[in-house]
Amino acid sequence: MPTADQTLDEILTLAAAHFKVSREKLSPDGDFFKALGIDSLQTLDLLTRLENHFHVELPDYELQGVTDFRTLAGKIQSRL
Amino acid sequence: MSALAMPKVSGQAMSYQLSSGVIDLALHRNPCNEIGSLSLDELESFSHALPTLQQSAHALIIYSDLQSGFCAGADLRELFERSQSMDKEDTVKGVRNFLERIHRTLNVIDASPLTTIAAVHGVTFGGGFELALACDLIIADKTARFCFPELRLGLIPGFGGIPRLKRDVGNAAVRDLLLTGRSFNATKAQQIGLVSQVVAEGEALRAARATALQIGKFDRETSAAAKRFIKPIPHDELRQEIDIFCELFSRPAVQAGLKKFVESTDQQPYLP
Repeated sequence: MPTADQTLDEILTLAAAHFKVSREKLSPDGDFFKALGIDSLQTLDLLTRLENHFHVELPDYELQGVTDFRTLAGKIQSRL
Repeated sequence: MSALAMPKVSGQAMSYQLSSGVIDLALHRNPCNEIGSLSLDELESFSHALPTLQQSAHALIIYSDLQSGFCAGADLRELFERSQSMDKEDTVKGVRNFLERIHRTLNVIDASPLTTIAAVHGVTFGGGFELALACDLIIADKTARFCFPELRLGLIPGFGGIPRLKRDVGNAAVRDLLLTGRSFNATKAQQIGLVSQVVAEGEALRAARATALQIGKFDRETSAAAKRFIKPIPHDELRQEIDIFCELFSRPAVQAGLKKFVESTDQQPYLP
């Protein structure tokens, strides 16, 4: 099982690649909506890609209010 | 002109054409094929053309031409705006009329002797999910997400979703989708028996065409008889669904929920 830091790193890499944003511009504690410039439909796209990548289920309601990568990583880590 | 040589019929919200025994119905209304009066008019016209088209066809494929997804469901902005311009009684009458029409239309697709395939990707929510459920097979690419978000508005799905979902999958999955409002990805949807094939991103239509080709090898009458036998239309429950929806719709909480959704600047309005 990956460590929490590894999970966070994979999320940042995946998000940067998919939304074509420089990996260096993404901060673990930054607002991913702003950093990635994504709307609600793209947020669902990100959720799907994370579920597929980590082979987990992330109920949408658990992500309500989550805006930073580190908290998102914690949600995923708890289901690995 | 025979149906075999039928040219493409292009509307503002969708287009259809018949080629080599397969009817393609492509949705293309931005931003994500929301179903309002325009889409209903065109879907209804398609359903009126279907009895003629299906004489020269063995399969129907419904898909979206938009990158954003298959269909995000009912056009809530139109619903809210119309409800603002009418009194409560007329609004509920209008909603009931809309639902009666969409039910008739989806029942035509559901009962068609063709084998019908929804090739979906991305957002497949609410009324979009219900459109897919009217089809015999759902083929999803890995980006597909299925959801019934209606309860957050104080409503239930109104386009036949609950009876059709109940027909296809176990009641526990129905309750999970309905009562939590959470969305399922394609893999989860396949695990519960909703989706027949999960394919790579962008491959749903290709897989649907391959499936339609296979279906075309069988005798049409036999396929139609098999479908009638295994896919009854739950008419009584569909009627009940309209009644419950209209009863719920008349409550002030629904107007407040619609207003909140329409005016939302939340970056996560699709998250329950």
